[in-house]
Amino acid sequence: MTNLPDALGRYGDFGGRYVPETLMTAITELERGYVEARADAAFEAELQTLMRDFAGRPTPLYYAANLTRELGGARVYLKREDLAHTGAHKINNAVGQGLLARRLGKRRIIAETGAGQHGVAAATICAQLGLECVVYMGELDMERQAPNVFRMRLLGAEVRPVASGSRTLKDAINEAMRDWVTNVSTTFYLIGSAVGPHPYPAIVRDFQSVIGREARAQLLEREGRLPDYAVACVGGGSNAIGLFNDFIDDPTVRLIGVEAAGHGIETGQHAATLSGGRPGVLHGSYSYLLQDESGQVIETHSISAGLDYPGVGPEHSYLKASERATYESVTDSEALAGFQRLCLTEGIIPALESSHAIAYVEKLAPRLGKDEIILVCLSGRGDKDLDTVSKALA
Amino acid sequence: MTARLAAAFDRARAEGRTAIITLVVPGFPSLSETDAMFDAMAAGGADIIEVEIPFSDPLADGTTIQRVAFEALSQGTTPADCIDFARRARERHSDTPIVFMTYLNPVLAYGLDRFAADAAMAGADGAILLDLPPEEAAQEKTALAATGLDLIFLVAPTSTDQRIELICSQASGFVYCVSVAGVTGARTDLPTGLGDFLARVRRCTNLPLAVGFGLSRREHIEALAGMAEGAVIGSAILALASETKPQERAKAVREYVEVLSGRRRP
Repeated sequence: MTNLPDALGRYGDFGGRYVPETLMTAITELERGYVEARADAAFEAELQTLMRDFAGRPTPLYYAANLTRELGGARVYLKREDLAHTGAHKINNAVGQGLLARRLGKRRIIAETGAGQHGVAAATICAQLGLECVVYMGELDMERQAPNVFRMRLLGAEVRPVASGSRTLKDAINEAMRDWVTNVSTTFYLIGSAVGPHPYPAIVRDFQSVIGREARAQLLEREGRLPDYAVACVGGGSNAIGLFNDFIDDPTVRLIGVEAAGHGIETGQHAATLSGGRPGVLHGSYSYLLQDESGQVIETHSISAGLDYPGVGPEHSYLKASERATYESVTDSEALAGFQRLCLTEGIIPALESSHAIAYVEKLAPRLGKDEIILVCLSGRGDKDLDTVSKALA
Repeated sequence: MTARLAAAFDRARAEGRTAIITLVVPGFPSLSETDAMFDAMAAGGADIIEVEIPFSDPLADGTTIQRVAFEALSQGTTPADCIDFARRARERHSDTPIVFMTYLNPVLAYGLDRFAADAAMAGADGAILLDLPPEEAAQEKTALAATGLDLIFLVAPTSTDQRIELICSQASGFVYCVSVAGVTGARTDLPTGLGDFLARVRRCTNLPLAVGFGLSRREHIEALAGMAEGAVIGSAILALASETKPQERAKAVREYVEVLSGRRRP
């Protein structure tokens, strides 16, 4: 486990708090409130109870025997975040931040969402805790993730379409920040990925680190040892940092993040921030960023709405710079092939985001010996993607 | 504070006025027309002119500046174009202070030291970076100070007294007081509590205070008398320009600034 960020919210050169002054007091209060909450046994107890009884934790660790046999190399284990309540890892963070919001006396929650998974998770915990919920979602994402829009509305959330810019996740975050800056005294911004100004990347990591903590214990029980590889998809990077966090001090565990190469990095139509970007400031932190030479943020492309984001969490930039983790990328078509393969071999329909991790494992596992172990975070289920996939396969 | 900025505030004070600070966005409506917009503002009585370097993700801006920035970027406006725009404006207007208004990333991409050098060479006086609080600003402040530019910080009604003190201790040029928690954009009324907020800032600094976000009318500026030395009008002027036919824009902008500066009756 890491002792980062430092007191200034830095992970090496990355992170920080690049926000309008109007938000600085709220961010400082949030940081203090979060530290106090984590030291409070009552908060911890309520979090644990909700994680168990409401979110459905612990999620299983599943040995993918068929996939392992078909790939003919390393043994592949799937951490089944798709089986968590609402069908993705996003609930882990939403429950934590929802409790934090209530503790800080904020009754109005705003959130951004790309694929809709975080929006659904936020709407879910707000329904459970009786909080008002407004979700900002790009118009393009509302089209390609329509079932999740309906879910959020069923759960009582107001979904506000965002028509500016690329009409995807980045613009939804811009709009949520504008709402926050306007309503900061009453409103809690429930950020869904390990991005944003300090302390958000640390808060999201901490609430998501249950993924790696459980998987580590489950694998030790099953195999008596740690994995050789831990693999997760990276958009903003919340499921990846949640998986990696408990393995960071284990040098034998290679950490691999898989980004979305879209139509191919060489085409310019991709969302592989760490592979194809350079450091800059977006949404409150200094981190890798897909930008042109003038510092304008570039429109990204990925078949997966949840990975279609030009930034990445600052801790991933640090893990790349320090070479503790490596970042690879797979294309839309490779991800689709991974999606189909997991359906057919294991009877599991993965989210398109998670399919990127599966697609990378298809390349990695055959190169490894049968005694090696790959741990993959299956971050979400694919029901929301059926429309996209059926169009792509047509 | 640069001599030009000091002189501009001194001039307004001597005339018993609140200094008028306006905003121009190179590339809106087009790069060729923006020089005329600057000239119209200066002719109408703008004491200081902000030059926006448009950014793709203006999260502190309301719909007007978002739209204008988007149009300017669609015209291909770069930070280098904005610096060049400032250089031309300085050649025509030796006394009007020019302050860049932008977000941090375009400046980082241009290169912080290179930006400080080129902006100073162009004749600019300072920069406002909307997403750069003082805690993160050490390098930027040093780089700009090295070429004689002021880094202008913002304070907000949500800033605690402790934060206001911190900001004022780092401030140079003037202190940009955000009138209301929110994004840029014209509003009908000045917020209640503005006087108390400005008094809290005043206790911490002898620098001029400029109020921005939401101002659009002469009454707003008159109401600031005795509370602030400057008033920033940004979105309202851009909205007016975009609503006016191209051939009438310069005149409309000049007359509007004349009203704001008290030279013309509304």
